Amino acid sequence: MTRETRSKEFHILAAFFALFVLFLYGPLSAILILSFQGPDGGLTFPLNGVSLHWFYNLFEKQAVGDFGASFRRSFALGLMVMVANVVVALLAGLAFRNRFRGSTALFYLTVASLVVPSIIISLGIGVVFQQLGLKPAWHSSGFGAHLTWTLPFGVLIMFAVFNRFSPAYEEAARDLGATPWQTFRHVVLPMIAPSLIGVGLFGFTLSYDEFARTLMTSGTYNTLPLEIYAMTTNVTTPVLYALGTVTTLFSFTIILVALAIILVLRRRQAKTS
Amino acid sequence: MRVRHESSLPLREGWGGVFRLLLHHRGFRNLPEGRQMAMIASTEPNERIGRGRSRGLRLPFAAICYLQATPLLLILGFFFILPILMIIVVSFWDYDFAGLYPDFLTMNYTDTLGSWVTWKTYLNTLKFTVLTWALTLVIGFGVAYFLAFHIRTTTMQMVLFLVCTVPFLTSNIVRMISWIPVLGRNGLVNSALIKLGIVPEPIEWLLYSDFAVVLALVHLNTLFMVTPIFNTLMRIDRSLIEAARDCGASDWQVLWNVILPLAKPGMAIGSIFVVTLVMADFSTVQVMSGGQSASVALMMKNQMSLLQYPAAAANAVVLLFVVLLMVAAILRVVDIRKEL
Repeated sequence: MTRETRSKEFHILAAFFALFVLFLYGPLSAILILSFQGPDGGLTFPLNGVSLHWFYNLFEKQAVGDFGASFRRSFALGLMVMVANVVVALLAGLAFRNRFRGSTALFYLTVASLVVPSIIISLGIGVVFQQLGLKPAWHSSGFGAHLTWTLPFGVLIMFAVFNRFSPAYEEAARDLGATPWQTFRHVVLPMIAPSLIGVGLFGFTLSYDEFARTLMTSGTYNTLPLEIYAMTTNVTTPVLYALGTVTTLFSFTIILVALAIILVLRRRQAKTS
Repeated sequence: MRVRHESSLPLREGWGGVFRLLLHHRGFRNLPEGRQMAMIASTEPNERIGRGRSRGLRLPFAAICYLQATPLLLILGFFFILPILMIIVVSFWDYDFAGLYPDFLTMNYTDTLGSWVTWKTYLNTLKFTVLTWALTLVIGFGVAYFLAFHIRTTTMQMVLFLVCTVPFLTSNIVRMISWIPVLGRNGLVNSALIKLGIVPEPIEWLLYSDFAVVLALVHLNTLFMVTPIFNTLMRIDRSLIEAARDCGASDWQVLWNVILPLAKPGMAIGSIFVVTLVMADFSTVQVMSGGQSASVALMMKNQMSLLQYPAAAANAVVLLFVVLLMVAAILRVVDIRKEL
């Protein structure tokens, strides 16, 4: 009896979940297909032939803004944010394991950085740079603006990881005479490595796709999301979709690589313990 | 709560043996064999010295914490606290087309708060926020509930969860654009409806309308609900549900009286994300409404592009105040630090 009602509930929820997944991926697959539109095709279905025309078009400089250069900038910025995110979040996570004077204030400051609207931070950093007479650029003001968004994620992840991390392992290492550095390098680091990869992945992808915080802080040269945003208003050919497809596939690749590394690390850990 | 190292010093005498045992089984094996031997060799006779050293380290221990927290504090100090303070200061300044002039005027505030446009824009933004919040809460809870209670194996749970997560790590703008071929005048939905004979001509309000804005906002932000709710649902002790069943509760009663109250913290955290993101959104409103709808942040962005920074700053202060009030209201439901 209960079994039957449960399975009914299951089917309804499974259908709901399937619809949700379709809702998430349906539109994305639409632009994936339409980016292979023939040279005479438009922004909507049906496909007017199949070609790589719009992908070629994407890499010609005059057709759209300078796609290659903005991609390189976004990629470099993503890597910078990723490294800074991992290092700073790890250090802060280690600090938060102990209650020190001001730790609660710093914690809430970090959460606040997540909650304060992006455009306000963007405007604030823009005005600070202007008043200090500094030139905003994607690698200075843009970099800092991105960190105010990625660091809270990193710090909260590390906070959660260390909340569940038993100090017994370190105590044991210390009792066996390991120096603090050895304890960290050979005991703590291998155990939290998968989480660190996660923090890095967040840092990279959030920065690579960040738009509102870059708006006032990127200076003269656009990052990729700014470039795409500009295109939404003035490009009316499927080259827009080709660009969307390329960046999305790039993001997917990064995510898959990060997941693969996490899986390998987990498996290796399971084997040794 | 964790026990602090210093205070547990006397305990360590007794625990030491247990820890040594643990170490042999876990982390210690990760070390190369030579180093294991070296470590054992160095521990046994040096036990006292080792302890003395840790006592010597106790004073700079606090200093190490501060050092570790410094990079975070510096970055947030320069790129978060300083800009916010600057915005508050600049919101009182005078300006013209040529530049900003330090002053103490309330003009920027009276202009903003005295205009009907501002109030209408706030109402519009609130409308988007409430609709998006309600929809993401229902959808997010449904998805998280399905994943947490109806998927039996952890592997399958993780795979399905990742399926939900991956699109959220791709560009928001690309995901907005992707609605154009679906909702447009000649888009998939309209052509399907016409082919099926449901409507005689294309529906105009599917794209570039408030409907499209809310749809895209839900599309972009649901994960921020799914993740925290899924997290709290996974931590619910399953025996509570069994106990409720044994006491004769129906499925609905279990959901309403056991699961929902326990999922509140997750729902609160998700709500904070969705509310703050939607309140400050301008790109979705601009792209999906085709420039026909307004939001507070879009108003700010327009002022910024006209270099009216003090006016934008006054708007920013008001918006910040409203958003923080909303967050404070949600935080009454939950203590985040406890939930991580």
